[in-house]
Amino acid sequence: MYSLLLILLGSVFFVGIVNRTKAIASGRKGSGILQPMYDILRLFQKETVYSNTSSFIFKVAPSIYFVSVLLSVFFIPFGKYPAILAFDGDFIFFAYLIGTGKFMMILSALDTGSAFEGMGANREALYSMLVEPAFFILMGSFAMLTGYTSFSEIYYWLHFSSDFGWLLGILAGFILIQISMVENSRIPIDDPKTHLELTMVHEVMILDNSGFDLGVILYTTSLRFALFGMLICNFIINGSLTFAVTMGGTEIDFTALISLGIFLGVQVLFAIVVGLLESFRARERMKKNPQFIFGLSALSIVIFFGILIWMHKFNY
Amino acid sequence: MSSELISWILVGSAAGIPIIYFLGKELKGWYTVLLNLVIAGSSTMLILPSLMGEVQLIDLAYLHVLGPLRFQIDSLSAFFILIVNIAVIAAAIYSNGYLKVHHQSYSPDVHYTAFVFLHLSMVLVCLVQQLFVFFVIWEVMSLSSFLLVLYESDQRGNLKAALNYFVQMHIGVVLLMMAFIWLNFKTGGDNFAALNIFFEVNSNLGLFALFFLGFGMKAGFIPLHTWLPYSDSVAPCHIAGLKSGVMIKMGIYGILRVLTFIQNDFLEIGLFILFIGLLTGLYGILLSTIQKDLKKMLAYSTIENVGIIGIGIGIGTIGKALNNPLIAQLGFTGALLHIFNHALIKPLLFFGAGSVYFSTHSRRMDLLGGLVKNMPITTLLFIVGAMAICGLPPFNGFVSEFLIYSGMLGLLQADFNMDVVELFALFALVLIGGLSLFSFTRTTGMVFLGNARSREAFQAKEVSYAMIIPQFFLVIIMVVIGIFPEPIIKRVSTIAQPLLENVKMAEFSTTSITSIGLASLLFILLSVFMYLIRFWVVRKNGERYGPTWGCGYTGDASRLQYTASSFGDNMLQLFKPLMGRKETYTEIEETEIFPKDRPLSTRHDDVIEEKSIKPPLEYLSAWMVRFAKIQDGNTQHYIMYVFVFIVVITLLTLFNFI
Repeated sequence: MYSLLLILLGSVFFVGIVNRTKAIASGRKGSGILQPMYDILRLFQKETVYSNTSSFIFKVAPSIYFVSVLLSVFFIPFGKYPAILAFDGDFIFFAYLIGTGKFMMILSALDTGSAFEGMGANREALYSMLVEPAFFILMGSFAMLTGYTSFSEIYYWLHFSSDFGWLLGILAGFILIQISMVENSRIPIDDPKTHLELTMVHEVMILDNSGFDLGVILYTTSLRFALFGMLICNFIINGSLTFAVTMGGTEIDFTALISLGIFLGVQVLFAIVVGLLESFRARERMKKNPQFIFGLSALSIVIFFGILIWMHKFNY
Repeated sequence: MSSELISWILVGSAAGIPIIYFLGKELKGWYTVLLNLVIAGSSTMLILPSLMGEVQLIDLAYLHVLGPLRFQIDSLSAFFILIVNIAVIAAAIYSNGYLKVHHQSYSPDVHYTAFVFLHLSMVLVCLVQQLFVFFVIWEVMSLSSFLLVLYESDQRGNLKAALNYFVQMHIGVVLLMMAFIWLNFKTGGDNFAALNIFFEVNSNLGLFALFFLGFGMKAGFIPLHTWLPYSDSVAPCHIAGLKSGVMIKMGIYGILRVLTFIQNDFLEIGLFILFIGLLTGLYGILLSTIQKDLKKMLAYSTIENVGIIGIGIGIGTIGKALNNPLIAQLGFTGALLHIFNHALIKPLLFFGAGSVYFSTHSRRMDLLGGLVKNMPITTLLFIVGAMAICGLPPFNGFVSEFLIYSGMLGLLQADFNMDVVELFALFALVLIGGLSLFSFTRTTGMVFLGNARSREAFQAKEVSYAMIIPQFFLVIIMVVIGIFPEPIIKRVSTIAQPLLENVKMAEFSTTSITSIGLASLLFILLSVFMYLIRFWVVRKNGERYGPTWGCGYTGDASRLQYTASSFGDNMLQLFKPLMGRKETYTEIEETEIFPKDRPLSTRHDDVIEEKSIKPPLEYLSAWMVRFAKIQDGNTQHYIMYVFVFIVVITLLTLFNFI
């Protein structure tokens, strides 16, 4: 329950911080942190325009897309506080649920009968296919390490403190950041600020969406960022994190407060990192994207074997 | 009613076939449905006790085929018969609408006859255990499906595709016969149960491999799959759905049946099936991403799903080898449930393709598009099928894939070797999932969405209720499995019991399965709720229609769209060596100042077929050409051959050589 509230909270300011960072990095003052949310609220009050070509799919897809991401937040734990929905193998459900949302968005892009949107849909389908193995192997490695297959339990038992575990932790964090960049179609895969349709991925898919639908889609992007922020944050806050102070004979547990602080810190840091990455890194050539994304799978295989070494499985 | 009487009704329903020829055109189809219902009803009554785990033996005392005909029904055969019945009834009703398009040009008599025979043979294949009878029925199944494939016999290429199927099926039968003779030679038994004796004393690998090859030919594991895309693309759609959905599962039934008798070498066999399954899955779905023919694309997706089933069986067998009941149970249950799911989804998709063909007379994706406007129900049903086959929640495809994934994750706790196997299996299965999302968004988008690419697609009409109702029937079962998976999985896991004979029954925790159902239900409810909010907001703020964003250019919208070929292009670039692309195009020369119109044609061949099937065939036919000289059409020469033959025979007899 905590995680849902915190992720919803994080999603409110995440894109704002990214934008502000980018503005400051490029020498501008930038807009307020809540500006993206104001934009979305404004979109909610606007008239909706549909393409003549589109059908009912175009109308239902954004809602399903949003719900698929919202429901996948239900699976994310917060430190030792388990998620709302937790069962063995829930990360598979999580990944396929996000896939359902993508499926609908790709169809809705094709529904408009536009060449641009077909192109965007095609790229989205390709990239999401390529990035999925990286996520699964990463989670599979953690499942192997902890012996559990649900997000809540994996994160409860995940420790990177001993031996060289922290190395794997850093690598896993890096992979998760990159996966979130691919999933959200940001630099280096896609530049959300580009003005040329031919070079867009996600933006070009939603060219024809307007009003409420566009607002929902934009909010879903923030939500997804906050969700990945929570996934990374959980590397630090795990079940073993306790912080209690004995004061006047009574023990006061500060764990929740500390966890909250770490969460906010990680979210803000993640947003700033995304902003900096986007400021100082150019978008890859379209042809290079598959290589880059597949490279992430290779990195996650490194983690897999790292964990095998860590568990002393090599000398059987 | 005694079970023997029911068996007689089942077998006797074949006697009703001749009546088809005396009925009016409108009645033939519905009469066939009636016959199918008799077969389905009687066989379902027979199998009901076995679905609960009971093994039944029924002797048909008066029917002697090398001894009295004996039906042996265990949970495995009951399960497959159930699947066959569901799909066949749906296809039979569908065919009544679908065949109307052909009523003028083709006589449906042979078609309906073969249809009843196909149903009957598929049911009987699961019932008999005597190998000789099994092969006879197996042959009836191949022959009747051959006739069904050949329905539009005057179309170009249909005969070739059907013959290709026919010949390959017989190569499969030869392999099975060899296995049978080997078995008979070693043990003297003519029954599947003789395998038990054989596997106890002999090595398990050789005979299993032979059976696997023979049954795998039917199932469509690579590299034995090459007949499937051809015959599925030319067969009438309800037949293609039936073949892809259930008939190839008979091959898997055979493999599972043999697997129940295996005594040792589980690890090798499990790894082998897993490996073949992974390759089949990846190869099938990869090729489906570039097909231009709607039905051929679905056929390749069938190959992919056979691969997934293979992965499940492989995981189950490995679990058995490791003596880990949970993994074995998850693998086999996942495989069986996927067989069931695919037998619902694939007919649904093929029925959708059939409705498209019915209304537009085309199955080329580049000529379709925009059908959602005139055929909204068909579109919706096809989208449900596409989501289910991609394994997306809240539909049934996810449940079976989830079980297989769970089995895989369980294997991660084993030793180092298993971990490495698991890494590759996980990688491949995830990739298969992603590729099928790519492939099915492409197909759905190009066929049903956007603007119509041809006049036929523009003028398409929604099909009749006879064609829509069977699809709804399948979708309802699919959604029920998706939302309430627990009771079904419990049943299927007991059905998998014959496969787990040496392993004690695992404590099968169904909490995560129940949670999947709940989460899926929650997903649907939240989506509806969200849509209602949207509906309210949009109604408050107003809505209107306008042209699609064209970046300032407003040309011919239908020609500007992304096509199926362009959608598949980046996949083609990534996996070029596997796609077998052939292109004929003459480059513009430097001296050609005003280039003339020139054709460009592209084609995608199956690389495995090109590399492994065609070269030996070409070599063989080149060698056979030498003998053509003998046959020169000269009567005198033929008389001379006869004379020489008689002389040689006489001489040999004289010298006691013969």
